[in-house]
Amino acid sequence: MNISFNVNGKQTSVDVPQDTPLLWVLRDTLGMTGTKFGCGKALCGACTVHLNGMAVRSCQTAIGSVAGQKVTTIEGLGGNHRVQKAWMKLDVPQCGYCQPGQMMSAAALLASNKNPSDSDIDAFMSGNICRCGTYPRIRAAIKDAAKMA
Amino acid sequence: MENMIKNETRRDFLKVSGTVAGGLALGFYLPNGPRVARAAAPTHSPNAWVKIGTDNSITIMCARSEMGQDVYTSMPILVAEELEVDMSKIKVEFAPPAEVYINALLGGQLTGGSTSVRDAWEKLRKAGASARMMIVAAAASDWNVDAGQCKAANGMVTGPGGKKATYGSLAAKAATMEVPKDVPLKPSSQFKVIGNKAQKRLDTEAKVKGTAQFGIDTRVPGMLYAAVAMPPMIGGKVASYDDSRAKNMPGVKAVVQYSRGVAVVAESYWQAKKAKDLLLIQWDAGPNGDNDQKKIWDGLKTASEQPGAVFREHGNVEQGMGGAAKTVESTYALPFLSHSPMEPQNTTADVRADKAIIITPTQFQQLVPHVVAGATGLKPEQVEVHTTFLGGGFGRRVEVDYTIDAAEISKAVGAPVKMVWSREDDMTHDSYRPASLMKLTAGLDASGKPVAMRFHSTSPSISARLFPSIVKDGIDPFAVEGIDNYPYDTPNIKLTYQMHDAGVTPGYWRAVSHNLNAVALECFIDELASAAGKDPIQYRIDMMDMGSTKHQWSGLSAGVPVGARMKRALEEVRAKSGWGKKLGAGKGMGVAVMEGYNTVIAMVAEVTVSADYDVSVDKVTAVVDAGTLVHPDQALAQMQSTINFGQSACMWGEITIKNGGVEQNNFDTYRVARMNENPRVLDIHFIKSDSTPGGLGEPGTAVIQPAIGNAIFAACGKRVRSLPFTAEHIRSA
Repeated sequence: MNISFNVNGKQTSVDVPQDTPLLWVLRDTLGMTGTKFGCGKALCGACTVHLNGMAVRSCQTAIGSVAGQKVTTIEGLGGNHRVQKAWMKLDVPQCGYCQPGQMMSAAALLASNKNPSDSDIDAFMSGNICRCGTYPRIRAAIKDAAKMA
Repeated sequence: MENMIKNETRRDFLKVSGTVAGGLALGFYLPNGPRVARAAAPTHSPNAWVKIGTDNSITIMCARSEMGQDVYTSMPILVAEELEVDMSKIKVEFAPPAEVYINALLGGQLTGGSTSVRDAWEKLRKAGASARMMIVAAAASDWNVDAGQCKAANGMVTGPGGKKATYGSLAAKAATMEVPKDVPLKPSSQFKVIGNKAQKRLDTEAKVKGTAQFGIDTRVPGMLYAAVAMPPMIGGKVASYDDSRAKNMPGVKAVVQYSRGVAVVAESYWQAKKAKDLLLIQWDAGPNGDNDQKKIWDGLKTASEQPGAVFREHGNVEQGMGGAAKTVESTYALPFLSHSPMEPQNTTADVRADKAIIITPTQFQQLVPHVVAGATGLKPEQVEVHTTFLGGGFGRRVEVDYTIDAAEISKAVGAPVKMVWSREDDMTHDSYRPASLMKLTAGLDASGKPVAMRFHSTSPSISARLFPSIVKDGIDPFAVEGIDNYPYDTPNIKLTYQMHDAGVTPGYWRAVSHNLNAVALECFIDELASAAGKDPIQYRIDMMDMGSTKHQWSGLSAGVPVGARMKRALEEVRAKSGWGKKLGAGKGMGVAVMEGYNTVIAMVAEVTVSADYDVSVDKVTAVVDAGTLVHPDQALAQMQSTINFGQSACMWGEITIKNGGVEQNNFDTYRVARMNENPRVLDIHFIKSDSTPGGLGEPGTAVIQPAIGNAIFAACGKRVRSLPFTAEHIRSA
């Protein structure tokens, strides 16, 4: 059935079963592969996107629940978002696979908390796994991005 | 190795030669010769590493797989330094399999062993210099002047009388010039690109914008998606299956059995996955269907009673022990570990009647045409391989199993197929860092210094499975790493290895056996310091081997003791870490030192152990002697990375087996370090050096583990000899 939603500012309609995870709609149906598949169980955060501005795990978000709502993905962050600028300045990514999810979480954190402390960062970002161990740079980049506000 | 899981397709194509001087070599015999890189139209190549466009574009070929460790930038740095081009203007392309791209330290076009920069150090600078000399020669010939009168800088050749020409305008002619035989290189004092602290990674922008193409992001016209069901038991097989429900699901195009399992092929991944869940499969459990933890550890214990193969010995260890004032004996048990890179295994394969295109995140592109040929009946030269970015590797993608699977599935359905593993598939069908049982015995003299050291390890051999011909006289060179280069001056030593197949596929895992041997050794040395009543850092310094005896097996290490480097690293880490300062209750500091991949690292970990034996790592201080740093900021990144990876392994990593299969299948049961668990302070120092580079992608992984173990002892007095360092293991220690 047809499900309409807004993705990165564009009204979009897809014809997929309602229980299809948003992740696979983005990646396969819409060809937006910036959002990554990591665990399929909301354990790693690689698939994090914004739903009406809130960070959600798109692997556990059924497309049916997204109808009429606003989704933002890494592609929609625009490239000049302060989080992306800080990530580039500090050369945060190593393999880079988890980073779209990390940046979407960081952007959501900064949207709700202008000046996150270390423990705020721990609490908000601990749902995003990085196997390369870029955590020190992610932490520094979030603080850097906070100053760009 | 009677129960070893074998991949006959792979084995058919691997004919491995022995070791060569200067390093361990896996010499691959390629039955049909290498494929040659073909440059696209308006570019010219003075050699296989550089493509110069008539539009002045400069493309540098990256012949190693980028999995986070920065080869996408560090390899081009080496070329650019001598080619005299601006790093911000170059493009990078992943190289196809070809003989010219073989890694001389490993004997294959293979990324691993912390060898990329080490292998490339002279080779790529020479490639850049040689290309530059040909460009200059082309200009000199055009201008009818002597090459010595011309200068190359910033992609431009200048000559007498204000003559100027861009590399692009000279490219066509340059490609026809004679390849210079004598290629002098800049002295380190003239480096502009190598060692530039401000140099950025060339792949950051794509990775930040979400446009970097990983294997899993591949899309080709007409592509279908495959989800797979594989045997839950290691070495199991499909006995029979019922696909009546699966094949009638929406979007499903085919259900096919392939060598390893059953694949559902559909129009989208989610359709394939949902239908796959409806397959009813009877499994043939195979030879290890009843394997479990008890069998594994009983097996290792029994095997450890064998004498093993001697890989290093001097003096007379029995006599040494006999004359010792005190004897200390400990057994360390380390578990199987999963690689679990963030990108699950996947491959896109398009197998046709006369060719196959394989797009894959692989660490071993050279092997792919051969195994795909074996699986499809094509010839290797009919198989085209494209390497994507890798969403982590850590050794998992040295294995080519998933490229074979995708090729078989594509062939069966006659369409391009992207096969994507679930996290569960990935974690339960990994090749695992071998479990190991290590028995260490030391005889101490009256002053507490070891006069005899006996080391006996028992573990599955990775190389016996993958590269059997490098295993000699019962010794797998990759199983004795981190102990063959025993760094202490002990008059009587005997080091032995006992191979034992535990029915679990063993695989090369970041830093491989350094993670076993050096972990046990450095924890044990701490035990000896304690028994001797000595400070753990001074104790190590006082017993360093300052000699230069060659050791035989660890071909990727320095090859000789590096006592002076280790002593300096220990002294500096002592000063920088505040070693010996008063810490609060439940806190402790632990030290470890190691040489691996010709890099010396001394590390101090500071931990807090709670009353319930929960451990947090508060701070890590590392002093690293890795020779010349080609890309200093990313050398630092690799230290941050390896500390994190080793921390995950030693604090939580454990793969266990039940009913022949792996029990952990996702990040809820296989715990890895998260943001809140990363040490708040990572204080990493590099010793200034202009020696040849050491490897950095791996060694830190092995050093952090004993440093944490020793810090736990300092904090709570518990010596944990069974990893990981969980509350349960600490409590029962």
